[in-house]
Amino acid sequence: MSDSIIKLTAAETAAKIASGELTAVEVTEAHLARIEAVDEKVHAFLHVDREGALAQARAVDAKRAAGEKLGPLAGVPLALKDIFTTEGIPTTVGSKILEGWIPPYDATVTKRLKDADVVILGKTNMDEFAMGSSTENSAYGPTGNPWDLTRIPGGSGGGSSAALAAFEAPLAIGTDTGGSIRQPAAVTGTVGVKPTYGGVSRYGMVAFSSSLDQGGPCARTVLDAALLHEAIAGHDPLDSTSIDAPVPPVVEAARNGSVAGMRVGVVKQFRGEGYQAGVVQRFDESVELLRKLGATVVELDCPSFDLALSAYYLIAPSECSSNLARFDAMRYGLRVGDDGTRSAEEVTAITREEGFGDEVKRRVILGTYALSSGYYDAYYGSAQKVRTLITRDFERAFEEVDVIVSPTTPTTAFPIGERADDPMAMYLADLCTIPTNLAGNAAMSLPCGLAPEDGLPVGLQIIAPAMKDDRLYKVGAAVEAAFVEQWGHPLLEEAPSL
Amino acid sequence: MTVTDLVPYDDALAAYDPVMGLEVHVELGTKTKMFCGCSTELGADANSQTCPTCLGLPGSLPVVNAVGVESAVKIGLALHCEIAEWCRFARKNYFYPDMPKNFQTSQYDEPIAFDGYLDVQLEDGEVFRVEIERAHMEEDTGKSTHVGGATGRIHGASHSLLDYNRAGIPLIEIVTKPIEGAGERAPEVAKAYVAELRELIKALGVSEARMEMGQMRCDVNLSLRPKGRQEFGTRSETKNVNSLRSVERAARFEIQRHAAVLSSGGTIVQETRHFHEEDGSTTAGRIKDNAEDYRYFPEPDLVPVAPPREWVEELRSTLPELPRVRRNRLREEWGVSEHDMQSILNAGAIGPIVATIEAGADAAAARKWWMGELARNANETGRPLEGLPITPAQVARVAELVKGGDLNDKLARQVIEGVLAGEGDPDTVVEKRGLKVVSDEGALTTAVEEAIAGNPAIADKIRGGKVAAAGALVGAVMKATRGQADAARVKELILAQLGVEG
Repeated sequence: MSDSIIKLTAAETAAKIASGELTAVEVTEAHLARIEAVDEKVHAFLHVDREGALAQARAVDAKRAAGEKLGPLAGVPLALKDIFTTEGIPTTVGSKILEGWIPPYDATVTKRLKDADVVILGKTNMDEFAMGSSTENSAYGPTGNPWDLTRIPGGSGGGSSAALAAFEAPLAIGTDTGGSIRQPAAVTGTVGVKPTYGGVSRYGMVAFSSSLDQGGPCARTVLDAALLHEAIAGHDPLDSTSIDAPVPPVVEAARNGSVAGMRVGVVKQFRGEGYQAGVVQRFDESVELLRKLGATVVELDCPSFDLALSAYYLIAPSECSSNLARFDAMRYGLRVGDDGTRSAEEVTAITREEGFGDEVKRRVILGTYALSSGYYDAYYGSAQKVRTLITRDFERAFEEVDVIVSPTTPTTAFPIGERADDPMAMYLADLCTIPTNLAGNAAMSLPCGLAPEDGLPVGLQIIAPAMKDDRLYKVGAAVEAAFVEQWGHPLLEEAPSL
Repeated sequence: MTVTDLVPYDDALAAYDPVMGLEVHVELGTKTKMFCGCSTELGADANSQTCPTCLGLPGSLPVVNAVGVESAVKIGLALHCEIAEWCRFARKNYFYPDMPKNFQTSQYDEPIAFDGYLDVQLEDGEVFRVEIERAHMEEDTGKSTHVGGATGRIHGASHSLLDYNRAGIPLIEIVTKPIEGAGERAPEVAKAYVAELRELIKALGVSEARMEMGQMRCDVNLSLRPKGRQEFGTRSETKNVNSLRSVERAARFEIQRHAAVLSSGGTIVQETRHFHEEDGSTTAGRIKDNAEDYRYFPEPDLVPVAPPREWVEELRSTLPELPRVRRNRLREEWGVSEHDMQSILNAGAIGPIVATIEAGADAAAARKWWMGELARNANETGRPLEGLPITPAQVARVAELVKGGDLNDKLARQVIEGVLAGEGDPDTVVEKRGLKVVSDEGALTTAVEEAIAGNPAIADKIRGGKVAAAGALVGAVMKATRGQADAARVKELILAQLGVEG
């Protein structure tokens, strides 16, 4: 019974709760039991809020009993990336420096999930401050990829993607600064969407790089992602950069998947050296599939994409060096060395030394340097110019095509530890995802098969213009349906049982 | 306190030409903070007016206060500045415990207002134009209280207390271009500029600009160059000079100190200076060797501010009359000298006098009461004039009673005293205290006769032609009537009784 519950999609679960076939409490308990059973191995969660989840579930059941109309995701459990503040529930951002901090307020995303009666099971593991592509940078230990627990689940949102792939939750929330939703989705065979920048409120989402960070939905199906997208998106007066416009019709698009008559772009710069053969093979097959489904494929040249990684590694560290300055041991979180003799400055320095991990320090130092007087124009200034060029490349591309497709990440999940000491190799995991963050438009990753050489999932990335997020779902739903038909079942069915 | 070598002021000015730059921070009187909805009310319990945003909690985000932007535009327009069509906030990065995010949200190379001027009038009426470089928006920091040290400074303190109620209160920083050519009048210009700016801010209604409350704070940057030299000398930055008198004294002290250093062959260190109210001196603070690097970059959490042109023009059309223009108009209307007008301004009496005239008093009477009895009381009780518990309408009523002959000046002072003591409005005080001019001729005549009979020697002197001696008898009558007689009438009666021509 409980095994059949955890394999349901979010849409199916919500329908069964609404019809009375299942109660929200049953659904929540099934997932809590699953977490209990497998999370010791997977380590997707940093904190499980058993009581809070059950209380939410009981409230949903009470609403139904009282004859109230339930929302489209009422009673569906969700795993929340530990970067969103949750009132009364620890929020660590995967860092020691926030160990023990209990936020006094809910992020807008948290609040909207609660308002939608989505049951929040707990907080998921992540690379510290969302800096990383493997979740190995978490101060609380790595997360395993449910396809192979010795491999990384992607990052920074590895906890969220692993929770989905391990059937610990049908829905999860991630954040994507350079690929942290899409790359984990790709390597775990799940679906992840980075909405248009400004599409989902950043209020209460601990900042890494303010101009790039974007929260978004993670799920096992395109429709589930759309339902979640709709629940969390929309203008928020507390976030000045949130877009004051109607949310694109993502659910409608996901229910009406089609690529017939669409123009699909393939960017020359998204292939070549460093791409795993099996990844390229599955990608090429996906392009073929799109053609077969009625799309026209157009070859595109976006020369400035080659500069994206360099620009990203100036902009993101610059903003993070400033965003992370507030962690000074004065008001919250970790405080080390306050023995009554040391000055505030010394306590701040000792705490930051002990509280931040190597990758965070690397980026804070990099960003501090890039913003220094005398270097600003050469580094931060030039990076912003590259950003403009990338945006123009996209604009020109979208004059010719409706969406762009690419591999989400150049390789499948690599073994834990393989790239831990090689930051450059790690950074390359985000080669295909970063241009979208720099330009602020929308993108999705969904499974397109297993790489023949290692049997691990490969992700297909779909990129749409800003505020055309619905196109991702329209194309994604069509591709997903065709693949499932071809495979005879969803890809995750092929994952080993834990 | 260290003794600083000073050169006599005149000697300093004989050899050197001072160049000043004034930076004034004004706390806006908005109801809420610059980037969140917390109250800006002063005097609340420490840290009671805070939220995730002004505490800089992880995940919090700023939202610009529209009234703050409007106030900034108004100030810019009143200072004859250009108003930016598009500008951004910037982060000024530095660590300090009273700054919750360890960066201040400010403006850097894109201020909302730039290139303006303010004409200031010196005591003798000369008008000096101070060029404005920029006015930009930013947020205030929290407040540190250092405990356990001798001086209240961080040095020697055992611990510090932090109050974030002030963190995020909107500030406008107004920066002048280098003020050249003021010569020996530089300190006076500095003071007049800050005074004029304060009047302007108050007239705009964007802040109460009370310097004693820290709502307006001034940094005085000053350098000297040998007379005839074009390039500027090294400057010192005297921080937090928080009264008009102090601005003048700080500039004067720095001129004398710089001259002493330079004339003895020394070099001025570029540093901040602390100003000391007690003796008007300054002492060294932090060295500013330009190594300080705030790593400014555009604030990515805020969208650019782009004031629509029509809106800016609308604000321009609603600007009040500039204080200096208004003062000159009133001065002419009231028929007073430049000097008297300056005193009225310094006493903060312009507003009360205008209101009293509007309530029906004539200008001379309104001025007399506010600059006399009331100014004295305000001084003695350490309150601003406008803080006295008497309204312009009440002052106008007193003036009316005097004009109608119901009160003389002495009685009127008692009425005012009664009003200030909370005994009620002027008519109530007159009633309760029985303060009416005695106009009953019979009673007066009796009192006069008694005074003459009681002072025969004086009466004889008067009869002998010493009319001036009548004053003593007037005094006796006034005493007998408890001051309620009309002194002029009493004198007439005395002279008549004694058969002397007045």
